[in-house]
Amino acid sequence: MAALIKLQSIFTPGLKSALLVLAILLGGITAATTGAQAGEFEDALASLAKAKTKGKIAAINVIAASGDERAADALTAFLGGNLYFRKADKKILVAEKSGAVYVLTDPLTSKEIGQSKKSKIKKIRVNNRLRKLLRGVLGGLTLLAKDPDKRRAAADAVFKSRALSAIPVLEQAIEREQVAGVKERLVMARAAIALDKSKIEAERLAAIATLAAFAVPEVRSLLGSIANSKASEAVRAAAANALVDIESRLAFWNGVGNVFQGISLGSVLLLAAVGLAITFGVMGVINMAHGELVMIGAYTTFMVQEVFRNYFPEAFDWSILVAIPAAFLVAGAFGIAIERGVIRYLYGRPLETLLATWGLSLILQQLMRTIFGPTNQEVGNPSWMSGAVEVTGGLVLTYNRMWIIAFSLMVLISLVIVLKKTAFGLQMRAVTQNRAMASSMGIRTGLIDALTFGLGSGIAGMAGVAISQIDNVSPNLGQNYIIDSFMVVVFGGVGNLWGTLVGAFSLGIVNKFMEPFTGTVLAKIFVLVAIILFIQKRPRGLFALKGRAVEN
Amino acid sequence: MTPAEAAGQMPDQSPDTILYLDGVTVSFDGFMALNNLSLYVLAGELRAIIGPNGAGKTTMMDVVTGKTRPDRGKVLFNGITDLTRMDEARIANLGIGRKFQKPTVFEHHTVFDNLELALAGGRDVFQSLLFKLSGAQSDRIDEVMEIIALEEARFAEAGSLSHGQKQWLEIGMLLMQEPDLLLVDEPAAGMTDAETEQTAILLKRIAGDHSVVVVEHDMEFVRALDCRVTVLHEGRVLAEGSLEKVQNDETVIEVYLGR
Amino acid sequence: MASNMLAPENRSGFAFLLTDTGGKVMLAILLFAVIIVPVFNLWVPETSPFHLSTFFVGLFGKYLTFALLALSVDLIWGYCGILSLGHGAFFALGGYAMGMHMMREIGTRGVYGNALLPDFMVFLNWKELPWYWLGFDHFWFAAIMVFLVPGALAFLFGWLAFRSRVTGVYLSIITQAMTFALMLAFFRNDMGFGGNNGLTDFKDLLGFNLQTDGTRVGLFIASAVALGLAYVLCRYIISSRLGRVLVAVRDAESRTRFLGYRVEYYQLFVFTISAMLAGIAGALYVPQVGIINPSEFTPANSIEIVIWVAIGGRGSLYGAALGAVLVNYAKSYFTGALPELWLFALGALFILSTIFLPKGIVGTLPAFNAGAGARAFAARIIGRVRQNLGGAP
Repeated sequence: MAALIKLQSIFTPGLKSALLVLAILLGGITAATTGAQAGEFEDALASLAKAKTKGKIAAINVIAASGDERAADALTAFLGGNLYFRKADKKILVAEKSGAVYVLTDPLTSKEIGQSKKSKIKKIRVNNRLRKLLRGVLGGLTLLAKDPDKRRAAADAVFKSRALSAIPVLEQAIEREQVAGVKERLVMARAAIALDKSKIEAERLAAIATLAAFAVPEVRSLLGSIANSKASEAVRAAAANALVDIESRLAFWNGVGNVFQGISLGSVLLLAAVGLAITFGVMGVINMAHGELVMIGAYTTFMVQEVFRNYFPEAFDWSILVAIPAAFLVAGAFGIAIERGVIRYLYGRPLETLLATWGLSLILQQLMRTIFGPTNQEVGNPSWMSGAVEVTGGLVLTYNRMWIIAFSLMVLISLVIVLKKTAFGLQMRAVTQNRAMASSMGIRTGLIDALTFGLGSGIAGMAGVAISQIDNVSPNLGQNYIIDSFMVVVFGGVGNLWGTLVGAFSLGIVNKFMEPFTGTVLAKIFVLVAIILFIQKRPRGLFALKGRAVEN
Repeated sequence: MTPAEAAGQMPDQSPDTILYLDGVTVSFDGFMALNNLSLYVLAGELRAIIGPNGAGKTTMMDVVTGKTRPDRGKVLFNGITDLTRMDEARIANLGIGRKFQKPTVFEHHTVFDNLELALAGGRDVFQSLLFKLSGAQSDRIDEVMEIIALEEARFAEAGSLSHGQKQWLEIGMLLMQEPDLLLVDEPAAGMTDAETEQTAILLKRIAGDHSVVVVEHDMEFVRALDCRVTVLHEGRVLAEGSLEKVQNDETVIEVYLGR
Repeated sequence: MASNMLAPENRSGFAFLLTDTGGKVMLAILLFAVIIVPVFNLWVPETSPFHLSTFFVGLFGKYLTFALLALSVDLIWGYCGILSLGHGAFFALGGYAMGMHMMREIGTRGVYGNALLPDFMVFLNWKELPWYWLGFDHFWFAAIMVFLVPGALAFLFGWLAFRSRVTGVYLSIITQAMTFALMLAFFRNDMGFGGNNGLTDFKDLLGFNLQTDGTRVGLFIASAVALGLAYVLCRYIISSRLGRVLVAVRDAESRTRFLGYRVEYYQLFVFTISAMLAGIAGALYVPQVGIINPSEFTPANSIEIVIWVAIGGRGSLYGAALGAVLVNYAKSYFTGALPELWLFALGALFILSTIFLPKGIVGTLPAFNAGAGARAFAARIIGRVRQNLGGAP
């Protein structure tokens, strides 16, 4: 009864010392003050050797509450079943099996103290009840860690274990916490414990009110179990109400998540397709080797990273910034070579161009297979691209996806600027609109053709850099994107960059919204069929040019 | 009297009106290719349509032959048939033939086969699979071949013909179709003077049995046609009447010379 | 590419065959093969240097089905300008139809000995045969499905596409998407076509054991006969007025429309016929190689067919057949001797043939051209003479 009354103080932080007392009371140990932590830790640890489960619980709580820096290691060893005592002197040891013998470490000094035979030591048994408690208090111990990610993980661990003993540290942590995101998790964990452990209705209702603010799957399942438990009518009703609220918010965030995933997929499609929008949309060249230019960009990234790994390992994080222009130049150079070597002989014969460039794609694939082998190459993520940010529960946005979205938009915008604002862009549009007139005005049409094709190919190469961050880099990489890229360009409307943008993002989003219902493969099939049907309705795509110009 | 008024006086159902356009408007991304165009052509008439570039001449032909759907307006054939809802093949089978600005013949077919393909009737897939040329049809091909003076090139591939010969072959194909209305887009383009003259004679000969609408730039050629002339400008009719009359029209002069 | 259309006087009865030199040569070679192969395989003893191995019979039987497939692509590409990059799908569908029948013929001889279900369904714990497998117990039913299914798909797809005037590269791209979508679908176990592994372990066809030399020779002969008949059918089609309309569509689609032809019906007709021929080719292919799986649907396969036609020479029919056999022979040689080099060689073939050999072998080599040139010359002379005599045909 005393415990329950004390629990109320959860909601009046500041009574920290009282809570520490509470924790100790719960463990059944009376003589303890925060002042004598060191001795406390050692005594409690020593008591484990002979205690029964109840005694062990008490000892664990004392160790946890002691705040001793050795506590975490000792309890981790206990949880892992590596805590032993020497039969001779009942000294507590951490023992790890190494061949036939056990290597011993002193948990008090963290130093190795020799080896022992199995028969000389005895394991301190740990059962499920203890394991659960250990997990909870271990979470509590790291609640005060320096690294916010660790604190956050600890808060989540406490949330899961709902160990009452974590309350004091939790209170302390909440008070100290500066990072808003972590603080939320701490408050959430505290409320979860109150809801789970308290027997006072008002406390439980207050906890539900606190939890209702967190639309995360864990809270949903906790509230779900409360709503169906034997709790009082009012608690169950409150939980059910909060559940409905959370579910609708979860559904919303799930939708937002799908949109993000879709935009993320769309941005990859956009990157793969935007180069094609130049070569196919502006020049009318069906370049089936486009995917292989993407693949070359990805291999260029691999090569650049190899150079960094070998010569400037400390600057590896910035290798990608070198890889982007490198991939542009390498793929662009391949593109110019392809245009001068093959495509220029085939202008005005789109179907033949298609076949010849398909041949090129076979050659490029086999070339990469011969040089690098058929297996995937290791391409690393720079550290600033790894990791994720959690917007809200269940909605995690990874940095590499966000970078790719930003990168794809930057590529598109720079391309628009090149086309609209530079002399090269002007000449390019002149050549595509009226070749003879442009030529008579002194524009070197052959050069412009080559450069335009090089530009489209270079963009494909940059797409390869982005794709190398999320997909396997292998000779077949290009094949995975070619059909999708053509679909994007055809769907968006040939010769229209805006159409390519809208096409890429809408295909990505539709795909991601269907996946939960149909699975990845069927979603892809449906999208393909939908595009085939769409083209019947709008043969020139979403943003088609009208008028006589189209046919000429 | 403006053409719209003239059309107003002319009842749609008149058996004399073979082609009747009323208030036809076509726009491409905001550009008005045809702007409330009204025009009519009588059965058996030879009509020349002139106008500067972008006046809407070719778009008008596209609308009549079903290639372009108008945003608004009425297009009637023989006073009763609404052409705006039909596709090219159906309109062609109603009896409207078209010659393109750029001569378009089947380059890999012989002159004979070009004409045979244009032969009226039997447009169905299975009819053409089982088609056999009858003696009368063969005679008709020979007859047309003579009209267009290509007997010598009977089995030559159309691709090997000169530019002028291709123009004629295309006119010959129109004749094989036996249409009631022929739309001819710049037939004299790229022809020698002698060929131009012969073409004018040919078209005048065809008119009477058929209605012929000729779009043309070449004023000498229009003069040689000696027929009623319609001037289009910015997608609408600017003037109509004899060549002399329109050439002296203030607004026409302004459009052609004023800017 | 040139229209080797017949002079009007040769447009009756079987004249369309008699004036077609390349076709006559091809049919003669096929007839010769049909006679010679059984003799040298079955009746010449194995010890004799003249013995033809069964491996060789199977290999060339396979080439003949490829030749039929190439013929079907040439019919639409060479004559109507429709470049399908999804014809492998029709081939595979025909193959699956035949494969399904042969799966049913296995009966209780499968690994699981289940009389009701094929092995892979037993493996997937299926309890009963899906409805779309019903009927495949009967050869006649499968034989109809072999061309009906590809034909129906082509009809549906073509009806949608041609009606909306999706042509040229757009059509090529969406046919490619079609075969890609089918490939993804057939990879799924839920489809009920054996998923990844496809259909295999066939035992016999019409009661003949597929492993025996006699059956192999029989399949070779069937392939040769099918190729010959398909050739005659295609030649008949392209020699008719319909064929001339097709070429007209290829060269000037909108002109053809303004002449009053419903271009989409013509395209649809020939596309459907072509898909049916491809389906038949697939059905003959599967018993000879003993397996059909979803990889037959890969877009790369379909594009490869086009290159057979391009190399042989499109718009001549026999050129396509020749191209299929030559390229596949080269492929067999390379993948055996220099596997690394095959993709380089194939890629180079694509590039070189489009740039330097746009008319293919039969359009370029003088031996083939001499005939065409002489024929055209003769036609011109006959025309002149006839005119001088008064123009009456």
